[in-house]
Amino acid sequence: MTKEEKTGRQKETIKKLEGIASDVYEKLVKTQIPSVSLPVRTKSNIVFSEEHGVWKYGDITGTRTAKTLDGAYMLLRTMYTIDFIRNQINTAKSSTLREMYYISEGWELAKFHAQQESDHLIEDMEIMTKLMREDFKLRPEENGASIIGNMTIEEVVRTGATRKINCRDDIGDAGYTIPYNVEKEKIKFKDWDADFIIAIETGGMFDRLSENRFDEKSRAILVHLKGQPARCTRRLIKRISEECKLPVVVFTDGDPWSYRIFASVAYGAIKTAHISEYLATPSASFIGILPSDIENYKLPTDKLSEQDINALKSELSDPRFKGNVYGNSPWEDEIKLQLELKKKSEQQALAKYGLDYVTDTYLPEKLSQIGVIK
Amino acid sequence: MATPIAEELAKKQKEISVAEFFERNKQILGFDSLTRAVLTSVKEGVDNALDACEEADILPDIFVSIQKVEKTRDEYTIVIEDNGPGIVKDQIPPIFGKLLYGSRFYAIRQSRGQQGIGISAVVMYAQLTTGRPTKITSKISEDRPAYQADLIIDTKKNKPEILREDTLHWDKKSGTKIELIIHGRYVKEKRQSVFEYLRSTAIVNPHARIILIEPDNTKTVFERATEKMPKPTVEIKPHPEGTELGTILKMGRATESYKLLSFLVNEFSRVTTEKAREICARANVDEDMRPQDINREQANRLLNAFKLVKIMTPPTDCLSPIGETLVKKGLKKEMKADFIVTSTRPPSVYSGNPFQVEAGIVYGGELPKEENIQIMRFGNRVPLLYQQGGCVITHAIENIDWRRYGLEQRGGTGIPVGPAIVSVHVASTKIPFTSESKEAIADISEIQMEIQLAMRECARKMLSHLRKQQKLAKMKEKEEIIRKVLPLIAEKSADVLNKPVPPIAQVIAKIMNSIIIEDSIGYDEKSKTHKVKIEITNYTPHAKKIMLKAVVPSDAKIQNINPKPESTDHVITWDMQGIPSTEKRALEFEILGLDKDDYDENELYVDGIDPELLSGADAWDQEAFEEKSKMVEEPEETKENENKKPEKEEEE
Repeated sequence: MTKEEKTGRQKETIKKLEGIASDVYEKLVKTQIPSVSLPVRTKSNIVFSEEHGVWKYGDITGTRTAKTLDGAYMLLRTMYTIDFIRNQINTAKSSTLREMYYISEGWELAKFHAQQESDHLIEDMEIMTKLMREDFKLRPEENGASIIGNMTIEEVVRTGATRKINCRDDIGDAGYTIPYNVEKEKIKFKDWDADFIIAIETGGMFDRLSENRFDEKSRAILVHLKGQPARCTRRLIKRISEECKLPVVVFTDGDPWSYRIFASVAYGAIKTAHISEYLATPSASFIGILPSDIENYKLPTDKLSEQDINALKSELSDPRFKGNVYGNSPWEDEIKLQLELKKKSEQQALAKYGLDYVTDTYLPEKLSQIGVIK
Repeated sequence: MATPIAEELAKKQKEISVAEFFERNKQILGFDSLTRAVLTSVKEGVDNALDACEEADILPDIFVSIQKVEKTRDEYTIVIEDNGPGIVKDQIPPIFGKLLYGSRFYAIRQSRGQQGIGISAVVMYAQLTTGRPTKITSKISEDRPAYQADLIIDTKKNKPEILREDTLHWDKKSGTKIELIIHGRYVKEKRQSVFEYLRSTAIVNPHARIILIEPDNTKTVFERATEKMPKPTVEIKPHPEGTELGTILKMGRATESYKLLSFLVNEFSRVTTEKAREICARANVDEDMRPQDINREQANRLLNAFKLVKIMTPPTDCLSPIGETLVKKGLKKEMKADFIVTSTRPPSVYSGNPFQVEAGIVYGGELPKEENIQIMRFGNRVPLLYQQGGCVITHAIENIDWRRYGLEQRGGTGIPVGPAIVSVHVASTKIPFTSESKEAIADISEIQMEIQLAMRECARKMLSHLRKQQKLAKMKEKEEIIRKVLPLIAEKSADVLNKPVPPIAQVIAKIMNSIIIEDSIGYDEKSKTHKVKIEITNYTPHAKKIMLKAVVPSDAKIQNINPKPESTDHVITWDMQGIPSTEKRALEFEILGLDKDDYDENELYVDGIDPELLSGADAWDQEAFEEKSKMVEEPEETKENENKKPEKEEEE
């Protein structure tokens, strides 16, 4: 792609980036201290968007100003990053977030001291421009996780060719791997024969369901979350759910970190609240493991650690957990119950009752409870 | 017939020898462990040496050596040698060979001697544990030979016994040397060690040089920090306040005065004829009665009258505080620190006993940040190493909320945590120890109050230092912004937009928004001149009129003040009309005739500028300055008052 062939979106991106630089420049010309305002990115500034049904940043803003050393460095790095991204767009290149972090080694004073810093700045710039990092030609270095199920995807592969892949028949036991870009120009859903999507936290449970052929028996599409799910995994779940009109259920361990995984799939993650409407699937349901399941199913447990307890307490003041898990069972009750029990369970603890128990008993019970199957 | 039991008992009682008394009271005497025995022996010897040197107005040079006698046994040869006035031959046997000798009952003065049991106890301990006599060598004059004696104590009679004596040549002007062998154990690098004791001693006795040779032959010289002898201490008479019934009766019988009135005036401190009359009237006792005839009832009434009549507190110039400068010097030479703050309280009185508190805080350096602060306690220039928890100094420290002053402290009480050493010296004619072992000062509320006041002053100074450090760190950050980051932001944003680089001077002034005062002190040894340089930068967006004041020592000669100041009387004042935004002004002056350490920090103030804008100087506070000047003059006032005291009574 040459300069002349830039798409409208790319032109828009460059314009917005230069707008940031121009704002800083004009402030200097007017003898004002350069600064930018950004929403505060903590749980205290998360509000529910009626329009999208997800949680987004609220109105509380913080100012990064050249008056402070951190603010000054942030502005300087923003200038360098703008230059870098514009250059990528102009030369039709892209890079990983990690590569960008290493490229900043050559920026002398403006270089980043940890990848966390550069990742964070890119998120800030997404917020400032209301664009996504894909527009900046930046991608994460890790891929999404895997899918198994009777669904045919059409993917534009690196050669430019279009390939149809059935996620049950054309793949090995590891499933179809979700690429980092799952937008329409890359992936289309051609055909599917399933009743729901089940997103699974751990690889062990994903493999158990796959080995037990849960996808076939229960007409499910299995999605592995691989812990805290990558943006593309969340985006793909949202797209399948909306475009194929399939309900989504999330199946995780029974600990505070897993509830946050569910929250990021269903409500929107705090870190990416500026793009929650792209990533979150508000209709997703949680099917355990819940603290009440630990008691109801008499599951083997571990003791809560100090960090677990703090995480649970923090969730009590997280606005996303103010509602109900499903039906009329509030998150608050479940979290308080867990603090009382002082225990947690893994999803694989269900193996206490045999390897088929999860697919034969637990999941059917849970799924019929929430009306996904009859 | 059998002997009556009482007589048997009486016989037994007689046989309780000094040795047995010693054995039973090891703890009180400071010999309860082998480690402490070595420390106590050194302490008694060094305290005596320092007292002797001071009385003779000699700068002390003290030598301490501790050597193991044999590798396998816990026996040490301890040698303590001083350059004091020496001891006359006749006094040597009682001083070293008689327990509890020499405490002059009526003498009221600040001395180290009141601290310990006495050197004779060490002689006794040596003799009881190793069977060896103590060797004393003493020389009292340059043109006389030295006298030497080997001495033991007759434990049955508590009497000295000379085993051998000799005269010999000793290449020394005068001095005393004690050599003894004791059963003990030597520890290194512990809080309660000989090393720590001598180091602490050196801190509060900056006029002394102490040399220590340890059993492993390590030699440490604790160098003196000043050639100035401490102000001599003076004996005073008892003050009515705090006098007990028995004491009045005893004093009445011993006095040479013929009348009660003159007895009160002559034998007590601060009782004028006028006050004595008032006391007699209040007590309803005839002022002309013979003091020898005072009965218990009358004595009691006198005691009550003492409380009712307002009598001036006892003279306090009998005390010899170390002084703020020397406390600082003493601490500075033994500790590495970021800064040291000190405070000396004016003398005060508890129960008629004058006392004075001096305190210092050593902060930073290599001190551990996560541990309790270290407390150094001193009574009359003697380090107190044991019973820290039971001492009023510790309690006073624990009662202060140190969180307000920048240290960590759980719940705002207890010993705080932080990189600091707190040092407190209590000087008094009578230090109220909690017990005979004299390692902890009792909880006297007046003393606790004074310690807390001194601590708070130090703490405030510490906080102001810490704030200055913080402000400086903030300024350093801002400097990084304006010197490095902001120019690059201007450059890079211009580069991205393909536009010329914008000027940033005005933005710099807005970011700094402060008036920065930077100063330095140079010193020229030859001409004894301090050269002070000051630079003022107006990093605010507007022109400023700045009035800068430098407070200089009142006794110092100031010269070469540049530019010409408005006034120079103790405070050099420059009035600078309108320094434009982002511009600098340089100022300088010289101080003549002070030692290097006498002026190590400029005291700079700015008048008429919002204190928030100031960096490197404080806002001028006229009231506080006048208050401070007054405080410096106070001790002189006390002296004047004392001179008004009539020496003789008028009637006779």
